[in-house]
Amino acid sequence: MDAIFIIEQLLNGLGYGFMLFLLAAGLTLVFGIMDTMNLAHGSLFMAGAYIAARVHESSGSFAGAVLIAILATVLIAAVIEILIIRRLYSRDHLAQVLATFGIILLADDAVKAIWGPSPIMAPTPPALAGPVQLLDALPYPSYRLLMIAAGLLVAIGLYLLVNHTRVGMLVRAGASNRAMAEFMGVRVGRVFSFVFALGAALAALAGALMGPISAVQIGMGEAILIPALVVIVIGGIGSVRGAFVAALIVGLVDTAGRAFLPPLLRAVLPPSLAADLGPAMAGIAMYVLMAVILTLKPAGLFPARA
Amino acid sequence: MFKLKNAALALALCGALGAQAADPIKVGIALDISGPFAAAGAEARDGFDLAIDKLGGKLGGQPAEFLKTDFAGNPEQATQLVTRYLQRDKITFFTGPIASNSALAVAPALFAAKVPFISSNPGPSQFAGKQCNPYFFGQYQNDTYDEAAGKLANEKGYKNMVIIAPNYPAGKDHLNGFKRLYKGGLKDEIYTKVGQIDYAAEIAQIRAAKPDAVFFFLPGAMGINFVKQFVGGGLKDVPLIAPGFSADQDVIQAVGEPMLGLYNTAHWTHDLPLPANAEFVSAFRKKYDGRYPTVYAAMAYDAILAMDAAVRDTGGKTDSPEALVKALSTPSFKSVRGEFTYARNHYPVQDYYLRVVEKDADGKLTNKLVGKVLEKHQDAYVAECAM
Repeated sequence: MDAIFIIEQLLNGLGYGFMLFLLAAGLTLVFGIMDTMNLAHGSLFMAGAYIAARVHESSGSFAGAVLIAILATVLIAAVIEILIIRRLYSRDHLAQVLATFGIILLADDAVKAIWGPSPIMAPTPPALAGPVQLLDALPYPSYRLLMIAAGLLVAIGLYLLVNHTRVGMLVRAGASNRAMAEFMGVRVGRVFSFVFALGAALAALAGALMGPISAVQIGMGEAILIPALVVIVIGGIGSVRGAFVAALIVGLVDTAGRAFLPPLLRAVLPPSLAADLGPAMAGIAMYVLMAVILTLKPAGLFPARA
Repeated sequence: MFKLKNAALALALCGALGAQAADPIKVGIALDISGPFAAAGAEARDGFDLAIDKLGGKLGGQPAEFLKTDFAGNPEQATQLVTRYLQRDKITFFTGPIASNSALAVAPALFAAKVPFISSNPGPSQFAGKQCNPYFFGQYQNDTYDEAAGKLANEKGYKNMVIIAPNYPAGKDHLNGFKRLYKGGLKDEIYTKVGQIDYAAEIAQIRAAKPDAVFFFLPGAMGINFVKQFVGGGLKDVPLIAPGFSADQDVIQAVGEPMLGLYNTAHWTHDLPLPANAEFVSAFRKKYDGRYPTVYAAMAYDAILAMDAAVRDTGGKTDSPEALVKALSTPSFKSVRGEFTYARNHYPVQDYYLRVVEKDADGKLTNKLVGKVLEKHQDAYVAECAM
């Protein structure tokens, strides 16, 4: 285990963290600011991935495909918001979970009806298909560098939007005291619709970017929703900053668990025991981290409603 | 008026019963067209339908009825469906589930009712060994694909390999299957999380280990994620070997170019030069928009042909389960995989082939037959079968 190997694994951890952040950012916005549990966030992620894959394949332009995927997904989200989510803002979380779970089932069947049950191809843009030589002995997939860059840009953009714009101020006002904000003349309903659309755009961006390195298939949204939920819980629900820090921590812990735990255990334990224990412990590292953080800080690292 | 209606209803019922007296042979098919195995399940359905079309909806020349119900890959739902097939429909044959867990769940009821279960895919080791049963007929035993891959690795002269699978019982079984025939050394044996999305950490380990080749058993989306990231990670010069299911047409069309050159093993391939297979493949491609069939479709097709031959060989005595089992265990139909025989555990003794992903004449990515890896190969569990 030399230095290059460790650097590479750290980069991998960061890459995975940024990947999770793209999804968790939208989820935490909707949940934290609108106090609405939207399980269908994963379905918007799936919609983004499918649309981007199809557009990319037929048009050949990756950037165009990502853009169209975001626009189309925002449109879909607007329809869902008007028809369903808008009626859920004032209901309890259980009703929201049930309704948005229903949306997942509908979305999965709609995707199957349109694109069939088999996973579809999401080509990697040729310019980013190969590795880049970061250091002498360290080739690194260029596509993953793009994901890291996209994650950083989204983080900076969200920070500026929420903390330094008028819209962001309205969003924060609506979130901290809806009734008061309404009395002061803020159209909270509109603000919420904007936040929901923004969340959908981020989910679609995540889906479109994840497509080329993962399976674009029915249920892909549910598979990644679980680590994303872990991230927003650790970060403090509703806090974009929390989601950012937590995503990087989760990415690093998960990758380090998979990369370093098995060899470490093999060095100190009998081989058969280490072979059983290593993968099992690496698999739960993320959840152990969540348990520890929640014991120390029950509201997460950066509670949004402190 | 009311009485008249009742009388009419009674008459209609009599009519229905009368129709049942000249009973068609009923085949219960548990389809897997929604849920986690939907893609493979849809392939199997297309294979069943093609065989049913070919036979004109009959079995052994006798009228037949094919009952098809989706059970969404859920073993519990499959059990309910089979109970209904057995009690209400009184089926003569059963086939359909894609996954081993569903097959294991529904089999006891079928065995108790003496209804032959002609598997259209899963070949669990349980039914090959200790729990073997005359009413189960396999298409292949799960481990044999990996055994073929192990043999292939020997032939290629690989001395140092990394093998990788998800950390669950089937993952360990498949890697053990590979190790059964592989004689070289192992640089690393990696077990990943089930449903893992990101494989960067494992790929870095593989790069550090510098193996001659990598064998992976990562079904479904896991395999797609892994292959995409493996090639993107700059390891495309390290050969990949997989059991055929990780490199069938459904996976190839989802991954695209990174699949090129991937070696995989299977007991059937669409370009096996046999008249029965050529007929199947061309009929399939004609019916389904030029799509190449997967091994799931081929096995489903074979399962229906096996029933057809069994009905014919018994002379139509479908009410005797023993006679049916006897006929099924000496298959007389022209299988798309070529000749095979059943061992005493009712799992085939058959050949296994090496395939490689290449472009066909139209530039479409697909598997190409390279050659035979194992001849008349039998599974490792038959010795434990007391049948």
